[in-house]
Amino acid sequence: MAGRDGIDQPWGTRTPYGPGGEWPVRVDRHLADGLAPADVDRWVRSAAVLHSNGDGLDIAVKDGEIVGVRGRADDRVNRGRLDPKDLFGWQANASADRLTTPLIRRDGELVEASWDEAMDRIVEHSKELLAEQGPSAIGFYTSGQLFAEEYYTLATIARAGLGTNHLDGNTRLCTATAAAALKESFGSDGQPASYTDVDHADVIALFGHNVAETQAVLWSRILDRLAGPNPPEILCVDPRDTPVARAATLHLAPLPGTNLALMNGLLHLIIADDRVDHEYVERCTVGYEDLKAMVAGYPPERVAGICGLTEAEIRAAARLLGSAGRLLCTVLQGFYQSHQAAAAAVQVNNLNLVRGMLGKPGAGVLQMNGQPTAQNTRECGADGDLTGFRNWANDGHVAELARLWNVEVSRIPHYGPPTHLMQLLRYAENGTLRFLWVSATNPAVSLPELRRIRSILAQERLFLVVQDAFRTETAELADVVLPAAIWGEKTGTFTNADRTVHLSEKAVEPPGQARPDLDILLDYARRMDFRDQDGAPLPPWHDAESAFEAWKRASAGRPCDYTGLSYEKLRATSGVQWPCTGEHPDGTERLYTDGEFFAQPDHCESYGRDLITGAPVEPGEYRAMNPDGKAMLKAAEYLEPHESPDETFPFALITGRTIYHFHTRTKTARAPELQAAAPESWVEVSDGDAKRLGLHEGDRAAITTPRGEVRARVRVGGIREGVLFIPFHYGYFDTDDPAGHEGGRAANELTMTDWDPVSKQPLFKTAAARIRGLDALGGAR
Amino acid sequence: MKLGLAIRELHRSETALAKDLLKVADRHAVEHEVHHVAHDLARWSHAHLRDLADAGRHYDVHLSGDAPVPSAPLTALRTTASELTGRRPEPGLVLLADLRRLHRKAAGVSLDWELLAQGAQAVKDTDLLALATRCHPQTLRQLKWTNAMLKILSPQILAS
Ligand code: SF4
Repeated sequence: MAGRDGIDQPWGTRTPYGPGGEWPVRVDRHLADGLAPADVDRWVRSAAVLHSNGDGLDIAVKDGEIVGVRGRADDRVNRGRLDPKDLFGWQANASADRLTTPLIRRDGELVEASWDEAMDRIVEHSKELLAEQGPSAIGFYTSGQLFAEEYYTLATIARAGLGTNHLDGNTRLCTATAAAALKESFGSDGQPASYTDVDHADVIALFGHNVAETQAVLWSRILDRLAGPNPPEILCVDPRDTPVARAATLHLAPLPGTNLALMNGLLHLIIADDRVDHEYVERCTVGYEDLKAMVAGYPPERVAGICGLTEAEIRAAARLLGSAGRLLCTVLQGFYQSHQAAAAAVQVNNLNLVRGMLGKPGAGVLQMNGQPTAQNTRECGADGDLTGFRNWANDGHVAELARLWNVEVSRIPHYGPPTHLMQLLRYAENGTLRFLWVSATNPAVSLPELRRIRSILAQERLFLVVQDAFRTETAELADVVLPAAIWGEKTGTFTNADRTVHLSEKAVEPPGQARPDLDILLDYARRMDFRDQDGAPLPPWHDAESAFEAWKRASAGRPCDYTGLSYEKLRATSGVQWPCTGEHPDGTERLYTDGEFFAQPDHCESYGRDLITGAPVEPGEYRAMNPDGKAMLKAAEYLEPHESPDETFPFALITGRTIYHFHTRTKTARAPELQAAAPESWVEVSDGDAKRLGLHEGDRAAITTPRGEVRARVRVGGIREGVLFIPFHYGYFDTDDPAGHEGGRAANELTMTDWDPVSKQPLFKTAAARIRGLDALGGAR
Repeated sequence: MKLGLAIRELHRSETALAKDLLKVADRHAVEHEVHHVAHDLARWSHAHLRDLADAGRHYDVHLSGDAPVPSAPLTALRTTASELTGRRPEPGLVLLADLRRLHRKAAGVSLDWELLAQGAQAVKDTDLLALATRCHPQTLRQLKWTNAMLKILSPQILAS
């Protein structure tokens, strides 16, 4: 065990292993300069919070401060490894610019205030709006970075306390499509596969998933398989030349916006070559004939034209997928944030279903998450779903929640699907939503078309509460800012992309007057005096563990069943996969092993949506289509993207992330090693395009779309011709325009307001752009 | 035989629906989902018009297969008006009214497809029946979409 250079060797050294073998342990560690393990006072149990991989780790504490981290050798997820953000990101906790007191806006300025003053303002405002307009005036926008206990509390307050339908998480822009695709195919959210499938797979296909940068430790696992005997073959679908693409057996770089056409083409060939597991399809699915009819219209010659690929490439990919004995498919933002997101992600599910590649070692689908606690936002119902993967269109499920919270059914809004973020913002824009409470997220940098977002959030008539650890770009626009404790300063649980639950314990005190999000929410509930039917305080719990026990009861009998878990068990075992029940006390490695799904009409989380229009399927229709709750093969036709390159804007622009940063750099820019590794935004231009336009490595360039312009340094290569890439992390808090009123830096100045009608995930990878070089003074060349 | 008339009538109602989808899309450019999806759904109607023009030929009915285009200055006007009023809550009622009208138009088209399918069966025109079988479900999906958008958007508009 040793410290390691996490920047130059983000994946560390290889520990090769073969198919079916156990992934060897390799423990990574990083301690503050000059400290040795013997200097550490305590190691406190936690897991990684700067991505979704869920790497188990211990936080090193000395003299009441966090001084480092070490991977947990006994954790099923990482077996000791840590990624660069884990190694260095903890330093952000101790930044000098943490928020330490509440702020309120007075005469246009944010000034320090007491907790009482700040909370009184919020409560006063809430009560006024409730009296004037009712709960439809109030909305919440939360995160993928809080803990399960906090989301469940927030969901209880919003749904049963206030009775508002307006609650969503920033998982909307990250993994809403993962959840939607799972609901469309399997009737409910819930990751089918497990990371251990990497140990067994003979083909791993990554669709729009740059795992090397988004889940670095999972990539280490794949690299170790590649370095061992009988390595798997890798298929990479990505317009960029990523580390995954370079390690792949086959790399397809389709034009942005054409994923669905490609998937339809691959399914076309798999069916045409009869690579179908007919027994599985017959026994476990509905919809095969419709799928077959739809993809019949996508022969390789047509798909090649749409996607800008050769027929040979498409055929080779279909052969690889069709001949796999153990096929693991993974999907992320390249699909989720692109045109026809949900339909394309559903086609990946279909691929595994028609091949009968589900629920067996090495055979499965990972519809990935981006954020560390995104799964909890979804399962606790702090996003556009109801608590415990309950179905808003199923009156029985709503009644269950009413019993759980001991409130009248009518208190819980279920007249339509919970309001998704982009709609919430539209309501704020037209003035019908007048109170927005944002926790642990930074929409002023992370949402599309930032000029519009800023102008919505800055409105006088919108009361904006921001609860965060730092003075973000969004906080700059707030009426009240609440200082929050973060990871390492509070206790709670969270769940990674393969359903692994970790307990993260408090290691140190939060700075100044910062408080855990859970305490802030409970304080609000008490001050609002929310009550249940019998007059008892709502929610009745008072701390993290009692909230967890309440959440367990809410999850009982649902796909995400936590009833077999406890803090005690999570202190004994590093990482347990849900469902975990009395019957399966050690958790569940894979879902759907027996070809049974959570799709029965009375049980399913969703009746699904039309893949083109997004209209919810009616309960009766669902019952008729899928009476026995099988997996559903759904398909849709390819539509042209809503903005395509033309003469004025000849490039397709995509955005994405780098390994060294997370989200809007709120934490990672405050870790010196990470900040130094990627201090500035850049734009990737293909060799051919750069030559043609006279752009050179390191040049400054201006990139323009109909929404605005940003400036960035040119990186030549690494992307297909006709496409530009800009990382989306860079905002304004570290400039002299901290609210970003002037724009000019964040990639999202350029992106368009459009979202997938099924998952409601905003699209960040469909925009037409132009680029020009700038001279040293910033003028046009 | 009056099948030619039925085709002509369907072509008329489908044209009106296609036009109205685009009109609503542009009028509500700040309602992004309505805007984008209405444009997508107009493409279905346009494809139906092409197919109906082909089918009409067998019944001596001469119809245009071209998509009806809304006049450009008008579109720009609508979009600007939409952006100017985007900050006000009142257009919400206009949106509901527009979706309601679209819904009724789609319902009319759906009935026309049904009539056409019945007629096609009576005269045993399998091609025409196949056309109706292919296109009618898309009309039903347009119909469900307008219904769903009304259901989802109305509570906020009516409560505020
Ligand atoms: S960086 Fe990307 S993948 Fe990660 S949380 Fe943000 S949106 Fe999701």
